[in-house]
Amino acid sequence: MLNYLWGGMIVAGIIFGVFSGKMPDITNGALDSAKEAVDLCVMMIGIMSMWVGIMEIATKSGMIDIIAKKIRPLIHILFPGVPKGHLAEKYITTNMVANFLGLGWAATPAGIMAMKYLQELNPNRDKRIASCDMCTFLIINISSLQLIPINVIAYRSQYGSVNPTKIIGAGIMATTISTIAGIVFALVMAKKTKNV
Amino acid sequence: MRFLLYISDFIVPVVILGIVMYGLVQNVNVYDEFIKGARNGFLTVIKIMPTLIGLMVAVGILRASGFLEFCGNILGRFTSYIGFPGELVPLAIVRMFSSSAATGLVLDIFKQYGTDSKIGLIASVMMSCTETIFYTMSVYFMAVKVKKTRYTLAGAMIATLAGIVASVWIVG
Repeated sequence: MLNYLWGGMIVAGIIFGVFSGKMPDITNGALDSAKEAVDLCVMMIGIMSMWVGIMEIATKSGMIDIIAKKIRPLIHILFPGVPKGHLAEKYITTNMVANFLGLGWAATPAGIMAMKYLQELNPNRDKRIASCDMCTFLIINISSLQLIPINVIAYRSQYGSVNPTKIIGAGIMATTISTIAGIVFALVMAKKTKNV
Repeated sequence: MRFLLYISDFIVPVVILGIVMYGLVQNVNVYDEFIKGARNGFLTVIKIMPTLIGLMVAVGILRASGFLEFCGNILGRFTSYIGFPGELVPLAIVRMFSSSAATGLVLDIFKQYGTDSKIGLIASVMMSCTETIFYTMSVYFMAVKVKKTRYTLAGAMIATLAGIVASVWIVG
């Protein structure tokens, strides 16, 4: 996927540049961008290290587990096919909390485990058809649950924003709207289609 | 809007305070754990560095050639009817395929229009309320070898669209 996207961008850019007569600009654009990417990463190292460090404390102190327990009742409303105490429940909550706190790298492994256990509960697993709970899980994941978009804040501060965190409130509101839209759709579809 | 700004100012310090205080109460070696996590964060950035270089170069070429502007102008003519800035159309599309490629475009928008311009703010909010649809779906469904994904894609598109509309509406 990315191979075509990346290749397409380079090819389209250079060929378009031939016709618009911007070859020298393209040379500069490519070199400057490469340099800029490194500058950006150097700054990102600071912010990411700080954030992941703080989150490590939260994990170690058991705070993440406590939040996960708190949201567990919610899980059964969203995923009616998951029995109480099933391992799928644990991994779904871990995945959601990690997403919520912006720990993408911790969310993905938990999410994959959640899918594995959802697959165990899937009545159509032999036919390789997704269960309703799987669809709901994926839709919620894609709708993004992030509370603090630390990456975006880091980029904003690097590019000279006066107030890099200004967008957090708006981001929370927008992500709530997108998540609610996704959940409503997922639950309606689950009701309508059942596990055919 | 003022309430949102108020939350924005407080949230990072309050989250950090809460986590460190709770850690101290639970007798966690907060500093040692911080260092351990920080090392992880450090390595994560190093790992994505080549990706970011590759994609920023590609976006840099597209920008310098005038291609992005050209697309934005054409698409903007249609999208401006519904109040969506044409400059953000490429971002909205690429965001569905690749998070890092979208990052490249966002940084380009920051450079071109400024982080605190209307376009810059919408782009920031859009990045924080959507996820990469196709990447997430392929990773998760491939892990359990599910082929028929039913209404997942439709639901993901609806959620993403709702997020984009919300971004434009909240900032504007």
